[in-house]
Amino acid sequence: MTLRQPCMLAVMSIPPTTNQVQGPAIHVQGLEKSYKELRVLRGVDLDVARGSIFALLGSNGAGKTTMVKILSTLLKADTGTARVNGFDVATQAADVRESISLTGQFAAVDEILSGRENLILVARLRHLKDPGAIADDLLRRFWLTEAGTRRVATYSGGMRRRLDIAMSLIGNPPVIFLDEPTAGLDPQARIEVWQAIKELAEGGTTVLLTTQYLDEAEQLADRIAILHQGRIIVNGTLAELKQLLPPAKVEYVEKQPSLEDVFFAVVGHGGEGDKDGDADKGSQDRKPTSNRK
Amino acid sequence: MATHFFADTAVLTGRTMRHVTRSLDTIITTAITPIAMMLLFVYVFGGAIDTGAVSYVNYMLPGILLITIASGIAYTAFRLFTDMQGGIFDRFQSMPIARSGVLWAHVLTSLLANVISLVLVVGVALIMGFRSGAGVLAWLAVAGILILFTLALTWIAVIPGLTAKSVDGASAFSYPLIFLPFISSAFVPTDTMPGPVRAFAEHQPVTSIVNTIRDLLTQQPVGTDIWTALAWCVGILIVAYIFANISYRRRIS
Repeated sequence: MTLRQPCMLAVMSIPPTTNQVQGPAIHVQGLEKSYKELRVLRGVDLDVARGSIFALLGSNGAGKTTMVKILSTLLKADTGTARVNGFDVATQAADVRESISLTGQFAAVDEILSGRENLILVARLRHLKDPGAIADDLLRRFWLTEAGTRRVATYSGGMRRRLDIAMSLIGNPPVIFLDEPTAGLDPQARIEVWQAIKELAEGGTTVLLTTQYLDEAEQLADRIAILHQGRIIVNGTLAELKQLLPPAKVEYVEKQPSLEDVFFAVVGHGGEGDKDGDADKGSQDRKPTSNRK
Repeated sequence: MATHFFADTAVLTGRTMRHVTRSLDTIITTAITPIAMMLLFVYVFGGAIDTGAVSYVNYMLPGILLITIASGIAYTAFRLFTDMQGGIFDRFQSMPIARSGVLWAHVLTSLLANVISLVLVVGVALIMGFRSGAGVLAWLAVAGILILFTLALTWIAVIPGLTAKSVDGASAFSYPLIFLPFISSAFVPTDTMPGPVRAFAEHQPVTSIVNTIRDLLTQQPVGTDIWTALAWCVGILIVAYIFANISYRRRIS
C-alpha cells in the first residue's frame, strides 16, 4: 500500500472540475533564467503527464525553486516556453493562476489567523460559495479539526505543512506545485505530509514537487527528473532510473532494523496528539515504509 | 479580474485588520509614545512656552497627532515586510486575484489602525483639558487632512516595506518623520527660532499642516496655510504612490 500503483490510480482518479485542456499538465521547453552572471536554468525541457506526481530532484541551488517560481507566474523566464494546463505562463498568466496552487518553500500560512480562518481566507479569494463548509471539510481531511480554531503560530511544523497543502487544494486546481514540502520536518511529520500528497494525486491532481531527499522522490513520484546545474540530466520512472546502473546482484543479507524502524517502534505512531478521528486507520497510514523491499 | 478588485481587497483587508486587532499592543505602542510626549510637553515644558491666548494642550495637539501617524506607519511597513518574508505573499501572487489588492489591503489597514490610535490620543487630550469649539465642518476638515497625511505617509511606508532587507530597515525610515514636527510650529512658535532653523521650520510640510489643524480647532481663519498643507499632502501622496508601485512591480515580476 505504500508504493503508489499507477494502474490503481487510473481507476481511482476523479478528474478535477476546473476546465481542462488536452495535452500534458506541464510542458517546458528550452527554459533559461539567469540572475545577473549566475545562470540558474540553462535550457530545461520537461513534460508532466496529467494526474501524475512528478519529482524534481536536485541539491541546493540546482534551480528547483526558480523552476517552480517561473511555472507559478512569480518569475519571468529569460527564454524558452512553459505551459501549465495548456496556458502559457508568460502570456496567459491569469489563466495559469486559475489552474494552479503553490505551496512555497516556507509554509505559506498566516500565523496570526487560525487554521480555519486561513482556509476560509483562500476560499474567499477564490470566490467560492460556503467557505466555512470547505474549511471544515479540509480540516477533517488533514486531521486538523481539533486544532482548527487555534492560531497557526501554535502549530507544529507538520501541522503547518498539512494546513499549507490543504490551502492549496481549495478550488480544486488541476496542477499543484509543492516546493520542498518536507524540508525541516521530523520523520513522523514527513510521513503525514507524504500521505497528504498521495491523497492529492489520487483525486486526479497533477503534482510537481521539488525535493532534495532521494527517498521522498522514490516514495511519491511517478516520474523523477534530476536537475543539476540548471539542466535536467535524467528524466524517467524510478525503474528506468534504476536501469541506468548495472543490475543488482542477488545477495542474502540478514535484515537489520533501520533507525527509522527503531524510532517508530519506540515513539509509537499516534504520538503527536493533534489528530482526531480514526486513530486506527491513521496509524496504519503512517506505517513506516522503509522496510518494504 | 478587475471585477474582483473590491471583493478581494475587502477580504485581504479583513485579514490584515485581524493582525492589528490581535496584536493590540501595536496600537497601544503607537498611541503611548505621543501620549507620553503630550504629558511631558504640557506638564513639564509647556509652562515655559508662550503660546499667547491658546492653552498649551490646545496648541500642541495637532503636532502630537502628526507624530502619532508617523509612528503608526512604522507598523504598516513592518506588516508588509513580514508578509513579503513569509510564503503567504507568494501564495497570494500565484492566485487568481487582483494583484494590487494585496497592497491596497495594507494601505487601508494602515488607515484604519491610525484612526484608532488618533482617537485614543484625542481622548487622552480631552482628559488633559483639550477643548475645541470647532463645528462639524471644521472637524471634518481636520479629519480629512489627517486622513490625507496618513495616506501620504502610508505610501511612503510601503516602499521600505517592499524593499527592506531587514525588519529594522523596514521601520527605521519613520524616525525622521517622527522627528520632523519638533522642527516646526508644532510645539514652539517658529519666531523664537534662530534664522536658518526658522527658515526650515516655516517651509517644511509639517508647519503648514499643523497650522491648518490648529486654526480649524481654535476657530481661527485658516488663510493660505490650508492650500499649502493640501499641496504638500497630495504631492507627497502622488510621488510616494508612484515609487511604491514601481517597487511593487519590480517585486512581483
